[in-house]
Amino acid sequence: MEFLVGVFVLLSLAALAWLTVKVGRGNLPDGETYLVESRFANAGGLHAGSMVTIAGVTVGRVEDVRIDPVDFSAIATLRLLTALRLPTDSMASIKTSGLIGDRYVALSAGADESFLKPGDRITLTESAVDLESLIGKVAFGSVDKESPKPNPTP
Amino acid sequence: MTAKPPPALKIEGLKKSFHGRPVLDGVDLSIPKGSIFTVLGPSGAGKSVFLKCIAHVIVPDAGRVEFEGRVLETHDRASRADFRRRCGFLFQGNALFDSLTALENVALPLEQTTNLPAAAIRERAREALRQLDIADFESHHPAQLSGGMQKRLALARAIVTHPDIVLFDEPTAGLDPLRRNAVFAMIAKYRRRLDFTALVVTHDVPEALATSDRVALLGQGRIAFEGAPVEFASSNDASVAAFRDSTAALRETLRSLETGEAL
Amino acid sequence: MISHVGRTFLGLVEGLGHFAVFCAGAALSPWKTRKLGSRILRAVHEQGAVCLPVIVVVGVFTGLVLGLQGYHVLSRFGSEGLLGTLVSLSLVREMAPVLAALMLVGQAGSALAAELGIQRNSEQIAALDTMGVNSLGYLVAPRLIASVLIFPAQAALFTVVGLWGGALSGSLLLGVDSSVYWAAVERAVEYRDLWECFLKAAVFGLGTISICAYMGFHADRHSSAAGARAVSACTTRAVVLSSIAVLVADYVLSSFFIRP
Repeated sequence: MEFLVGVFVLLSLAALAWLTVKVGRGNLPDGETYLVESRFANAGGLHAGSMVTIAGVTVGRVEDVRIDPVDFSAIATLRLLTALRLPTDSMASIKTSGLIGDRYVALSAGADESFLKPGDRITLTESAVDLESLIGKVAFGSVDKESPKPNPTP
Repeated sequence: MTAKPPPALKIEGLKKSFHGRPVLDGVDLSIPKGSIFTVLGPSGAGKSVFLKCIAHVIVPDAGRVEFEGRVLETHDRASRADFRRRCGFLFQGNALFDSLTALENVALPLEQTTNLPAAAIRERAREALRQLDIADFESHHPAQLSGGMQKRLALARAIVTHPDIVLFDEPTAGLDPLRRNAVFAMIAKYRRRLDFTALVVTHDVPEALATSDRVALLGQGRIAFEGAPVEFASSNDASVAAFRDSTAALRETLRSLETGEAL
Repeated sequence: MISHVGRTFLGLVEGLGHFAVFCAGAALSPWKTRKLGSRILRAVHEQGAVCLPVIVVVGVFTGLVLGLQGYHVLSRFGSEGLLGTLVSLSLVREMAPVLAALMLVGQAGSALAAELGIQRNSEQIAALDTMGVNSLGYLVAPRLIASVLIFPAQAALFTVVGLWGGALSGSLLLGVDSSVYWAAVERAVEYRDLWECFLKAAVFGLGTISICAYMGFHADRHSSAAGARAVSACTTRAVVLSSIAVLVADYVLSSFFIRP
């Protein structure tokens, strides 16, 4: 009996260790991080944990998405690697991975001489494309019409 | 059978009913210390319920039980725990733990209720098995033992804590006449050897009369008769006579069947 | 008619109260039990080692079928790359804790209810009481303690073999690139998901094992039948009620955990 229990315990520990290693690796590579903010007119689909990339490489995560109570725009807080110094005129745009995939923030580096400091705000932003309504329009063939009918004919 | 030692157990007005049907309706008994006391009664007279009420396996509705002068209250945990430490109970079906070996069965009460070291526990359990002549079977599981040996194993487990009183619930149930005699002989023998008070409930009249110091008859939820075995055998009390006759008649039928088969 | 409904309801409330008292008694009993460790070890054997094969088999096939179905749904949208996400999140958040708990109810829970039912029937539980042994502490508490550890462990094992099952059908048989699959798994699952999985499993374990233990321990209480019939009735009731409890608790817990 003890032997079988031992086998079970070993297997469970192995499973746990394997899961621990395998999982949560979407997190940032090790290193110090800092926070910057960026304001979007529409942050639809973006949530805490969404990826932040530059040239397709993950360099950070979205820390938090909240609403600005004054002008009702969305403010996303991004956690970025300190090693990565971004010019102040960098642009943040919300993109979709694949057709129905997760939303993520793509940064494109600017050319400015000065760099973003922790707490700074990225001013150049591009909001989420409302892909769903776009697909709807394409699928129902009513791109040109003002409002799609409930059952449009092709 | 000397003068009159103080009672080991004193029961007063014990009542228990199931679904409105009274099974025990005010039982009064006093069990002398160091005796073999047998409560007789027909099947369904509430003998087992009586015993279980004393051991508090079944909670009685009313009445009080006194053990060596101390009242056992339902809510007095200390007195109940003390009683349980000093009381052994032999169940009708032996109630052996079938996943444990004979030795583990006997060692269990010591393991769980004392702080003895493991070696001492094993020694005492072996001693109990030796006393009941089943030491050779210590690593057997109960299912591998014969009915008689299971009974002895159950008794070994009941006496391993050196109790002052042992309650026997129908110790001969389901045994053939030969084994019935053996069980009563066993009770008498080990009671002498280990010196405890034995309270037995059974419906085997002749065996009980032969081995008991005192007998009582339970009928209609009350004690209908109490006295020495000789008095029971010769009593003219209506309920005693009726019970005696009914078992005697049954016995006669059985005997004729047995002899018929033997021929 | 109305009085019947009323009686049934009152009976239900009383049964619930009896169950609560049973659980409280079991929770307080470990301190009164000696050699608890060896009893827990036995329970780990019952719930862990004995149930390992069924967990592995069910886990592999769950993963296989998730991979198969997921692949065909996702390929409609050209998103086969998300197969790892689908399989891993389904497994970690729902399938592993729920299915592992249901399998454990079927194997360990039913055995527990039957064993305790027989022990009640043959007066072994009464025997413990007369010996002054706390029967809840000796028979029930070790099983409950073990269940809090074993159910999460089994859910973890289930997840691992399920992920490999998904990899098998998704990448080996259907042609999703295996590195894409594993990358999606790694990206999708967060530590929070694992905690959700383990917390669910622990809650299911405690809930189902206490239901099964209660049904067996009081096999004589809930049925007009006696003997073998009472044992079979209590085992059936234990399995049915535990399974329902798993699904209800899963819904409640999931609604607490749910997020985008």
